[in-house]
Amino acid sequence: MTVFAFYLFAVLMLGSAVLVITARNPVHSVLWLILAFFNAAGLMVLVGAEFLAMLLVVVYVGAVAVLFLFVVMMLNIDFAEMRAGFMKNAPLGVAIAIILLAELVLGIGAYKAGNLSLGTADGNAAPLVGESNIESIGELLYSDYLFLFETAGIILLVALIGAIVLTHREQRAPRGHQDISKQVSRRPQDATELKQPGIGQGVEL
Amino acid sequence: MISETLMGWGMMESWAQVLGSIIGILLIALPLMLAVAMIIYVDRKVWAAINLRRGPNVVGPFGLLQSFADGLKVFLQETIIPSASNKGIFILAPIITFTVALLAWAVIPFDAEWVLSDINVGLLYILAISSLSVYGVTMAGWASNSKYPFFSAMRAAAQMISYEVSIGFILVCVVLYAGTFNLSDIVMAQEGHGFGIVNGYWFNLLLFPMWVVFFISSLAETQRVPFDLTEAESELVAGYQTEYSSMAFALFWLGEYANILLMCALNTLLFFGGWLPPLNVDWIPWFDIPGIVWFLLKTFFFFFMFSWVMATVPRYRYDQLMRLGWKVFLPMSLLAVVAISGWLMFTRYGGAA
Repeated sequence: MTVFAFYLFAVLMLGSAVLVITARNPVHSVLWLILAFFNAAGLMVLVGAEFLAMLLVVVYVGAVAVLFLFVVMMLNIDFAEMRAGFMKNAPLGVAIAIILLAELVLGIGAYKAGNLSLGTADGNAAPLVGESNIESIGELLYSDYLFLFETAGIILLVALIGAIVLTHREQRAPRGHQDISKQVSRRPQDATELKQPGIGQGVEL
Repeated sequence: MISETLMGWGMMESWAQVLGSIIGILLIALPLMLAVAMIIYVDRKVWAAINLRRGPNVVGPFGLLQSFADGLKVFLQETIIPSASNKGIFILAPIITFTVALLAWAVIPFDAEWVLSDINVGLLYILAISSLSVYGVTMAGWASNSKYPFFSAMRAAAQMISYEVSIGFILVCVVLYAGTFNLSDIVMAQEGHGFGIVNGYWFNLLLFPMWVVFFISSLAETQRVPFDLTEAESELVAGYQTEYSSMAFALFWLGEYANILLMCALNTLLFFGGWLPPLNVDWIPWFDIPGIVWFLLKTFFFFFMFSWVMATVPRYRYDQLMRLGWKVFLPMSLLAVVAISGWLMFTRYGGAA
């Protein structure tokens, strides 16, 4: 059963990952990417990391991919124009691909040579602190890895502030400003007035 | 629970597991669909009563069969797929909406031990699944290749993401108090929470405001009035459903109401003690009433509140909706997380020193 589930998730994930880069329509690409995320979460559940799996779905599928989808849908992408630039940029792309491949081969070669010790990747060797993996992650994150955790938090905070600073523009000409409390506290009797005009007299405003 | 019974009948373990899950899924999904049909009827009746109308009263006694008649009508309609639409996604969107709405019910405990899968990340699972429901709407809006559905999809996506943030923080508050993500354990943690008498987190000065925020956010999350800007008929025709007909349209409806019921159930489970009776006292014999009755009654009560709100509150403006989500609820729930963790450190974990 588990083996079947593993191959199901793995095949679906690899298949959709390939389709992410081959799909012609960028919206389809994003949707395939979401499927790939989802199957990755399935794989995580299979190895017993259900907390990470749920976080993957909440963060990547629930927030990041929605924003991708947003942007891709809003952009009016001209496919013909994109294809026209393909041959021009092809040498650069091939060069980057070759460099990445070389780095991968080198990295794996160095690891296989045994000069690096990356620690044990064996999940069973990790210290079991809590009974559920939420507790274990919490215990580790807030004790052994507290400094790294806080650093990651600071980096994210800086990125957040940076994004706001980059996109924030001072308003040159002050436009009509909304005062929400003023809007909310407005009552019908302040805004309307009832008049009882006599016949044939009209209303003086 | 079901698979153990099957194994007791001499069935192999793996087969019993599979068959037990399938029976369990059917036991949840089929009554849920029936409940959705009836709840649409209730919705219309409550709405009508508040408007001093009669509501559906023709089909069957008291109009009880109205939803089934509507279902039959929709089923017999022609399925129209616009020629300019993106066909695959256009068909997939309602299916996703419907499936996702059903998926979340897997971890909802209806009574002690009455839960399809009792996983220890239950609440996170709910959060993950509910964040998926954006996709049905967004895909529908985009694939329709039409302006109104597209606007509606944009609105829906922005709205759901905004309110999920504050819902997430409110869930954190509840989890901090309960000390677990498992929904059954969260319910059990509420037993006698208020002075040993009241079952439920609502009886708590720190959590009651969070319940109010959660209730309003769940209205926004399910796109109910007053936050139904995705279907604002005066601006967007029928929103993302504009191009849909027949069963695809029906799937959207079923999914939407299943989501509303889910939010009502969550209100019950997280703040109002789930299947526990309201008060934790023995001299009233309500512990003899099966827990599922309490659960359904409480869920129904919240659905009644949803209908009540729908009949009485006018629709929000979109910028007001965004302001409420980001500038009011988010700071409030963040503050509550800080306050509650501080309070718990002080009282429960002895952090006073």
